[in-house]
Amino acid sequence: MRKTFITNHNIISSLGFTSEENFRKLASEISGIQEYKRNQGESYYSSKVDKEKIDSAFLEIGNIENYTTLEKMMLLSVTNILNESKLKITKKTGLIIATTKGNIDTLSPKSKFYSDKKRSYLPELGRQIQNYFGFKNEAIVLSNACVSGVLAVAVAQRFVKDGVYDEVIIVSGDLVSEFILSGFTSFQAISDLPCKPFSKNRAGITIGEAVASVLVTSKKNKYAIQILGAGSCNDANHISGPSRTGEGLVLSVQSALKEAEIENSDIDYISAHGTATNYNDEMEAVAFERLNMLEIPLNSLKGYFGHTLGTSGLLETIIGIKSLQNNTLISSKGFDELGVSKSINVIETLVSKELNVFLKTASGFGGCNTAVVFKKIID
Amino acid sequence: MLKKTHIQKYCSIKNNEISVNGDLVFSADTLEVKDFFKDVYQFLEIKYSKYFKMDLLSKLAFLSAEIILNEVNTKEKNTAIILSNNASSLETDRKYQNSINDKDNYFPSPAVFVYTLPNIGIGEISIRHQLKSENGFFVFEKYNANFHYNYEKSLLQNNKCESVLAGWVNIDKNSYEAFLYLVSEKGIIEHTEQNLKQLYNT
Repeated sequence: MRKTFITNHNIISSLGFTSEENFRKLASEISGIQEYKRNQGESYYSSKVDKEKIDSAFLEIGNIENYTTLEKMMLLSVTNILNESKLKITKKTGLIIATTKGNIDTLSPKSKFYSDKKRSYLPELGRQIQNYFGFKNEAIVLSNACVSGVLAVAVAQRFVKDGVYDEVIIVSGDLVSEFILSGFTSFQAISDLPCKPFSKNRAGITIGEAVASVLVTSKKNKYAIQILGAGSCNDANHISGPSRTGEGLVLSVQSALKEAEIENSDIDYISAHGTATNYNDEMEAVAFERLNMLEIPLNSLKGYFGHTLGTSGLLETIIGIKSLQNNTLISSKGFDELGVSKSINVIETLVSKELNVFLKTASGFGGCNTAVVFKKIID
Repeated sequence: MLKKTHIQKYCSIKNNEISVNGDLVFSADTLEVKDFFKDVYQFLEIKYSKYFKMDLLSKLAFLSAEIILNEVNTKEKNTAIILSNNASSLETDRKYQNSINDKDNYFPSPAVFVYTLPNIGIGEISIRHQLKSENGFFVFEKYNANFHYNYEKSLLQNNKCESVLAGWVNIDKNSYEAFLYLVSEKGIIEHTEQNLKQLYNT
């Protein structure tokens, strides 16, 4: 079986249009979250990408009238990956699109694409991306709530490992829309202030938007990070609340570690999910205690980007990769006083430290959880 | 050493009919999707109160899973769930969007919003059968036998599970279609892309 690597990556967020730019902002503790007004007049916090900035970047590669905002962001991101990697798309190149809601904003009568009834279908989003670049295989659209982006890494790793594909491009994206904002508000899950993951005074989620892409391949280069193992297990407990025992997350991490053939103590850093809801953060703390991982430095990056839904797992994986390569742990923005029942080791300030292996976790509606282990290549 | 895997059982629900392993087991003359599902629920003699709050996509996923798993002991088996469709959760998405279109008639409901994710049906099946296993929801133009075969094979051969409940569950504008199957080491129909394609088309 083949080894699999991530060799190239890109982030498009409110903090910048490259992974490097995003990582530099995080290393300076700069958050992309700011205050916005909603249609009904009330204010909310979010991390959103400037639409004019997207259009001016997109003008270089296509007609801005022909694509939705999400498509433009995805096309820009994949273009960056293809330019950097100089990848030639063949029959053995796969494309995975990870998203919770895709072009859901086109269901609104206010959308420019409202009359195009096909546009809200996820296979149509897949077709737009596939055709623009000339991928030979139908896009695999993965829509599995908030684990979509990191589950896509697991799916790509499995396909490359088994030789189904030589390489897979993953692009993950979700937008802030009235659909999403009203939904989470109806759940009373939105924070009045920028979110504070794992903190005592946390008051819920801040919704954000971003697109992230990676190239998963069997051919390593000098920037490669190896994907050691992955697991994605269901809580089988509740459709909209996490299991109190963290069962699915524990099983996911155990599955990933077993495949990676490493011990808990080999992990230098955990990039947690940390949405800043009461139930989620507590569930993660319980799971990490059960896994004997309380000592391992951990952060949530939601204080920088907000919860970018399907994108979050992939976006945070890329920041984790940059952390490994720069031997730098990013502080968990918004954290003050520990607000979960187990003494997890939340990173409070930027730390320089030799790092080799990190664990990325995520959980979502439907009881889903995903864990993936990554390792720095040392030649 | 590669495991020999088979399509142990399969079923389809479409055109007001249910067939299991190719044999017609139920049909009804109802016109509305929700009425047909009600008939199926009664036919299967299920008693499960959570069923009634589900959206149509979850109901269809749930009912097909009942048919496949009713004689299978999933308690001892690590059974993964890999589902796909064309319309994701759009049927419920549209319903939810209608509840927020009008500022003066603005009633977003959390009970509707939670079903605006296609993988919720996987969650419902997982809860019902206590499957704490690998799962994923994928979206394609039509049933993609190549993807399903390769991903199911990967999970089984890499010991991520012992069996896979998989297939196609689609709801879109008063039309529905389910094709579900169980892949394991039992059974006689070999698990191949060609066989999946053929069973789906019959």
